[in-house]
Amino acid sequence: MTAVLTPTPSTVDTVARGRVRRAARRRLVTTLLALAVLVAFAVTLMVGRTFYPPGDVLRVVLGSDVPGASFTVGTLRLPRAVLAVTAGLSFGLAGVTFQTMLRNPLASPDVIGITSGASAAAAFAIVVLGWSGTAVSVTAIVSALGVALLIYSLAFKDGVAGTRLVLIGIGVAAMGKSVTSYVLSKAGAWDFAEALRWLTGSLNGSTWEATVPALLALLVLGPVLLRQTRALSALQLGDDTASALGVRVERTRIIAIIAAVGLLAFATAACGPIAFVSFLAGPIAARLVGPNGSLLVPAALVGALLVLVADLCGQFAFGTRFPVGVVTGVLGAPYLIYLIVRTNRAGGSL
Amino acid sequence: MTSIDTRPAPDAATVRRPVPVRLLWLLAVTAVLVLLMAASVAIGSRGVGWSDILAALGGSTDNIGQAAVTKRIPRTLLAVVVGAALGLSGAVMQGVTRNPLADPGVLGINMGASLAVVAGIAWFGLFSATSIVWTAIVGAAVAAVFVYAVGSLGRGGATPLKLALAGAATSAALTSFITAVALPRGDIAESIVSWEIGGVGGATFAGIGTVAPFLVAGLLISLLSARSLNSLALGDELAAGLGERVALARGVAASGSVLLCGAATAVAGPIGFVGLVVPHLCRLLVGVDHRWLLPFSALAGACLLTGADVLGRIVARPTELDVGILTAIIGAPFFIAIVRRQKVREL
Repeated sequence: MTAVLTPTPSTVDTVARGRVRRAARRRLVTTLLALAVLVAFAVTLMVGRTFYPPGDVLRVVLGSDVPGASFTVGTLRLPRAVLAVTAGLSFGLAGVTFQTMLRNPLASPDVIGITSGASAAAAFAIVVLGWSGTAVSVTAIVSALGVALLIYSLAFKDGVAGTRLVLIGIGVAAMGKSVTSYVLSKAGAWDFAEALRWLTGSLNGSTWEATVPALLALLVLGPVLLRQTRALSALQLGDDTASALGVRVERTRIIAIIAAVGLLAFATAACGPIAFVSFLAGPIAARLVGPNGSLLVPAALVGALLVLVADLCGQFAFGTRFPVGVVTGVLGAPYLIYLIVRTNRAGGSL
Repeated sequence: MTSIDTRPAPDAATVRRPVPVRLLWLLAVTAVLVLLMAASVAIGSRGVGWSDILAALGGSTDNIGQAAVTKRIPRTLLAVVVGAALGLSGAVMQGVTRNPLADPGVLGINMGASLAVVAGIAWFGLFSATSIVWTAIVGAAVAAVFVYAVGSLGRGGATPLKLALAGAATSAALTSFITAVALPRGDIAESIVSWEIGGVGGATFAGIGTVAPFLVAGLLISLLSARSLNSLALGDELAAGLGERVALARGVAASGSVLLCGAATAVAGPIGFVGLVVPHLCRLLVGVDHRWLLPFSALAGACLLTGADVLGRIVARPTELDVGILTAIIGAPFFIAIVRRQKVREL
């Protein structure tokens, strides 16, 4: 047989070529996602009861005074669009961080109750105590960290099994939701819009005052999280392998948890727990980008795109104006079931 | 892969209580229920003297105090009825699925009933009380079949954790759909969302009368299947060997349980965790024999819901706290405790 003698193309070459191909795909997908976010952002600014052409919108954003457009675009639509992008990026980043770290797509912070803890605290601070701004965000972040710690310690028993963590999280989420309902009903005025904001998330009535803290948190904590990209990818291989690769496992994990929970809490304090965005962003990004490599940036972009598009749909696609959380909830929940069906089919035994 | 919890199953001697003990507990639970009902009639945002309460119980509504008490009577009755239905339904569900985490709330069956009712009202203009109850029961049945189907896919069949996960996901999905269906109907949205929390505040005798036939039917079916649930508890093969028609027995018992929780949801909204907590506590009191466990669960469920309702009126004075909020706050830690005891393999 001559085949044995012919030199086969070396494995190194194949691996290298695969790497280049995947890197190219990642770059392409990331660029396209970023473009899509930009387009959706622009559409959010232009479309509404009155349509403003791109020229007007651009002039308002750059600070000049356009009659009519200045108020509608500058005061109403701009904070809303900025908050949508900020919240989407934050939820996407935080969600994919948790999913990567716990190696389980179900372990996203909205499924396991961390978001609902933040939401309950924020609702309490705003509705009952009458606070606003930074105090609310701090309350939200403290409570979200507390919930994260609680879930982790409850799930810990000779190691943390993913399924137990998810189910315990679901129990904690049920409590968080009840506390939110309690807070809202105790406030006396059961304001429907306000209630929906804290139960499913909404961008209605966004103001700069609420948006700025979330944006600052993203600008500070986002880079912190992105610097851990490599270490997080290594953690996916298991703790032992990761530390053999030179990753400081505990340090990485603590930094990632604090940064992710912080992002989540600040975004939740601004617009409520927009349902399922942090759960959906990671798996969708994984589909688009393909295997290997970190999902942080693509997932963040997917999150932003989801929130923007869902908000546009919620506002204009139906006869009623749906809050963004209702739209993402209706999209996300069937996907959650699908994921469970697929896991069960694949023979994952619980 | 870590396999956890190798605690031995308690042997028959420890789980089977002697008859006098069970009778004693029966008396105790009944006494507690009577006390709680009295408290539920006596306690509210308006303080009413004993003489007025007694007069109101006699049917008089001469002053505001007596009128207030008159309002509390159907509410108390509803809490008792719904609590009993949910407790019993949970006990049957745990027996049918042989799953300690089964509960109409955890498995999303209440939410199925809710979505059916909300969609019926919003889209098909349902308004008669009876048709709402029927819709709720159909919704509950569909949700039950769906969750069981999803939960039993794959290796190992319907394990407790898989069922609970499928139920939680289904609940989440249904909750989103309910909001989406209810919102466009501004006229009913607010009442639907507050109904969705679950409460017994708006009770009327007429409302209780409408669901009563369904509840009685469910109660009878459930109690009559106690014996077959005992056989099922031994495992399907052994039950079949004892002459039990397994699929039939399971279907009958499940239909009783669905009737109960569907009808309860139709009057009081989706109240979670009662059916989860109650059977576990009752097993501690009377053991695992379903002929005792089922009636006890009904009694204890009534106690739990009436007690939670009274508590909700005390802690949130002068307003009140919907009973669904309280049962979740009491029940969720219980759920977590049971999850922690389950054997879990890391995926």
